[in-house]
Amino acid sequence: MENNSIIRTEKLTKRFPMGKGEFFALKGIDLKLGVGEFAGLIGPSGSGKTTLLNIVGSLDTPSGGEAIVLDQSIGKLSAREAARLRKEKLGFIFQSYNLLAVHTVFENVEFPLLLLNYSDSERKKMVMDALAWVGLTDKIKQKPPQLSGGECQRVAIARAMVKKPSLVLADEPTANLDADNSHNILKTMVQLNKDLKTTFLFATHDEKVIAYLRRRIYLKDGLIDKDESLNNEISNK
Amino acid sequence: MKLALKLAYRNLIGAGLRTWLNVIVLSFSFVYIIFGKGLLMGWDQQAKTDMKNWEIAGGQYWHDAYDPFDQFTLNDSHASIPDELKNEVEQGDAVPVLIAQGTIYPEGRMQSILIKGIDPKQDLFVLPASKLDTSVSAIPAIIGTNMAKSNRLNTGDYVTIRWRDSKGTFDAAEILITGIFKTNVPTVDVSQVWIPLEKLQAMLLLPGEATVITFRDPDKIRADIRRWELKSYKSLVSDIEEMIKTKSIGQYVFYTILMLLAMLAIFDTQVLSIFRRQKEIGTYIALGYTRGEVVGLFTVEGAMHAILAALVAAVYGMPIFIWQSKVGISFGVDYAGEYGITIADTMYPVYSASLVITTTFIVCMTTAVVSYLPSRKIAKMNPTEALRGKLQ
Repeated sequence: MENNSIIRTEKLTKRFPMGKGEFFALKGIDLKLGVGEFAGLIGPSGSGKTTLLNIVGSLDTPSGGEAIVLDQSIGKLSAREAARLRKEKLGFIFQSYNLLAVHTVFENVEFPLLLLNYSDSERKKMVMDALAWVGLTDKIKQKPPQLSGGECQRVAIARAMVKKPSLVLADEPTANLDADNSHNILKTMVQLNKDLKTTFLFATHDEKVIAYLRRRIYLKDGLIDKDESLNNEISNK
Repeated sequence: MKLALKLAYRNLIGAGLRTWLNVIVLSFSFVYIIFGKGLLMGWDQQAKTDMKNWEIAGGQYWHDAYDPFDQFTLNDSHASIPDELKNEVEQGDAVPVLIAQGTIYPEGRMQSILIKGIDPKQDLFVLPASKLDTSVSAIPAIIGTNMAKSNRLNTGDYVTIRWRDSKGTFDAAEILITGIFKTNVPTVDVSQVWIPLEKLQAMLLLPGEATVITFRDPDKIRADIRRWELKSYKSLVSDIEEMIKTKSIGQYVFYTILMLLAMLAIFDTQVLSIFRRQKEIGTYIALGYTRGEVVGLFTVEGAMHAILAALVAAVYGMPIFIWQSKVGISFGVDYAGEYGITIADTMYPVYSASLVITTTFIVCMTTAVVSYLPSRKIAKMNPTEALRGKLQ
């Protein structure tokens, strides 16, 4: 990877049609994120953090500029190539968990591995490892509606981490959780970042999340307002 | 595809009651279509067997003037048994039948009938012609149950018949009912009186003549015989085939209505699924599916209703079909007598493997198409908005 960066954006813009005009969600973002970072895009609603996260996650395409993720230019990827990038290299954690309601915890975590054609035995081991990371090995047969919000988000983390992706993108992962659950979730992610060297990029405006970030990228009106790197490692808050 | 099947199965089973309602409705379609077609196939098979056994055997030669639907032709539709068939007749492999128009007077009433002469020693038909091989004071005759019922005749009854011989002279005589037979073939029974061939030939002054000659072997290559028209087995059963085909068309209307109802349920479920499961669709895409693959998944999911329905239909349909094909189905109506259709009192449906496979294939394909149509909407979805569950 060029200069050890996992994400690189140059003059990245994104505009959406709005009425007869256009709305610029991103107005020229220049950003580099290195391997193993635990960083967050911070800003109020409408600042462009989710839009940036979606482009980095190859769920959306830039209107201008460039977004290079894991050496692949997002704007130039075909739908199939973008899907492959997400399937093989990226993990997603969403605000509302986005678990498959009719599948069990095991099946939800297993899902990314099914797409990657792992064998039954490999899948079983990897799923159980991932559930062990988040402390849910005793809930494998339960379905999401039977779990608490914190447990659901831990399942979502296990699902994002099970294939050991290079980059995990988390969009407001604690927004639906209480303080205790938020801290537990964040500690889990900090630990996984430390143990597996996975890069985490959050989109958040939650102070609890911000407190755990080692790099804080503040967005305002589609531009980077401030980019802070903290050297101290935060743990066991 | 394997993955899509696996996920579709999980999603369907996970959806619970909604899935099972659709599956049960669709399984009714399977069972009804197979039942309906099986019944027609059974009728077809039974009718052909009965016609073969009672009337047409391996095929017939008709005198070229003979038209079974025009009784005026009977005066002229007779000729000597041709030399080409004499050997087969002598060996019992061909049976001549002479047909004449006549009148019967049961209880003083007058009824128009066909008098048919047949060799009492024949064994080509199951018609109990041996009951004609008796020496009685009157002319021995056998009739079918329908004829017996409509004329209030019983075995041992004497009744007067009248006929006109080939010279145009009217004559009359007593017949004695020596046997009553039960058949599903109306053209052997309704308004028919069977008497010995030689007796009828003598009555009509037509010694050695016949109207129809039926042969046993359907595969023998047969040359054209002057004044006799060859009627193959296939052409003789074509009427019943046409009738069953007409019935089939009527049934297809019911199949279509039933399938439409089932497909409406599937279509509705698919539309509802796509509407309600936008977040799930977005999640599939985020996890590495292309939109095309999600369309495929939803299509397979919809189509899998048909596969589950086939299994459910097999669970309750198979025992019913097996039982039906053993005990048959009685409609309580004498179709042969009342409607002139070759149909048994008890019908035995025939359920062939090809019938089941074809029906399953058609229902599955129809369901797949119906599932695909609403799923196409997914291809136009914006994944970021789908992830948020925003209606599109």
